[in-house]
Amino acid sequence: MIPGPFELVRATSVDEAVAALVEHGDDAKILAGGHSLLPLMKLRLAMPGVLVDIGGIPGMSYVRVEGDEVAIGAGTRHHELEKDAVAAAEVPILPCTAGQVGDPQVRHRGTIGGTVAHGDPASDLPTALLALGGDVVVQGPDGRRTVPLTEFFLGFFETALAEDEVIVEIRVPRTGSAGWAYEKFTRRANDWPIVAVAAVGHRTGGVGGPYGVALANMAGSVVRATATEEALARGASIAEAAALADEGTNPSADMHADQEYRRHLARLLTRRALERAAAA
Amino acid sequence: MQVSMTVNGRQRSDDVEPRLLLAHYLRDVVGLKATNIGCDTTSCGACTVIVDGLSVKSCTLLAAQAEGARVTTLEGLAGPDGELHPMQRAFREEHGLQCGFCTPGMVLAAIGVLADNPDPSDREVREGLEGNLCRCTGYHNIVRAVQSAARSGPAAGQVPQGPEAAR
Repeated sequence: MIPGPFELVRATSVDEAVAALVEHGDDAKILAGGHSLLPLMKLRLAMPGVLVDIGGIPGMSYVRVEGDEVAIGAGTRHHELEKDAVAAAEVPILPCTAGQVGDPQVRHRGTIGGTVAHGDPASDLPTALLALGGDVVVQGPDGRRTVPLTEFFLGFFETALAEDEVIVEIRVPRTGSAGWAYEKFTRRANDWPIVAVAAVGHRTGGVGGPYGVALANMAGSVVRATATEEALARGASIAEAAALADEGTNPSADMHADQEYRRHLARLLTRRALERAAAA
Repeated sequence: MQVSMTVNGRQRSDDVEPRLLLAHYLRDVVGLKATNIGCDTTSCGACTVIVDGLSVKSCTLLAAQAEGARVTTLEGLAGPDGELHPMQRAFREEHGLQCGFCTPGMVLAAIGVLADNPDPSDREVREGLEGNLCRCTGYHNIVRAVQSAARSGPAAGQVPQGPEAAR
């Protein structure tokens, strides 16, 4: 399979990438690791006329502590995050989740900015990020703006990213030693989750309760398990709260699982994730 | 557009279409046919090559994305006198292949596994090779080969830097 023809622009700075997006409008797409976009282009499900390659822009891969937050460069590849010592100490759910994306070859190429921009409801890192809360920093023609992760994933492959914007950074709260877990259910190695649940304890309790809980593949986008979070905030037991995990969701049915099975998995994996997080 | 990269130690520069995938570049432009294209959907790993020291699936990378990179294919593993790389030798000795289609990608991915972890357990080898499928289901001997290569010394996890011997 061969992608349709396109013009390749090699951006050497984020400013240059944004300028190319402004010039070419919705005919242009950003190319980072390419491990979501190129498969779509090979299937001709996407046929952008212009690809803006940001893989050569220096300084887009980093993990660093800034105050109460951890800042992660959008170009940070999954294998870099998986092995990052700062991330392991400050926000350990992220390296663990990054290590469960695809397979080693995929993790050598895929980037955190790319998976966030892609907006796949079954993606691993966006689920963990949504449980953490925090912000996506994007740059467009008018400069930078910050979008809360809770407002970023809008629907099926739809995000708050405008077509002339580039994700430059992800910022998440430092969770340190707070409990966390990522429970991913797959039938095959190197696959997307049929359902996955991320649970993260918050030292401040600021994200709607003692735990942030997010679900993969239970709706058009990754979503927060709001009813579970609220029940925990009211003091409900883990079992009671987890039984509400699928409330308000609308999972798809496919060859892997029907809706009721996905709802079952969401409740079960939420209970397991919360039990593991609480035991940590 | 012009792309330049080092393939098996030799510098190349070629005029290619931007949409040319690295797998097709290696097979059809450079003429190195060991890199097999299996599923063509980033699943099977038959097209795995090493780019700047890391295993990647060359069906999901544009040749243009390898600009300036050091690319190693299976042809680049053997020494100048044809001496097999320790991983190749281990695959032969442990019968780590049946039909052979997955083997180039499997061998290169396995070198990556040992580069990461010089003494992997059975489970760590299996997880390290989760991006490579063997349709003969010859996994037991593949795992055995990787562990045998690991015991042979650190060279089993290293990618040769010099020019390839055979071409």
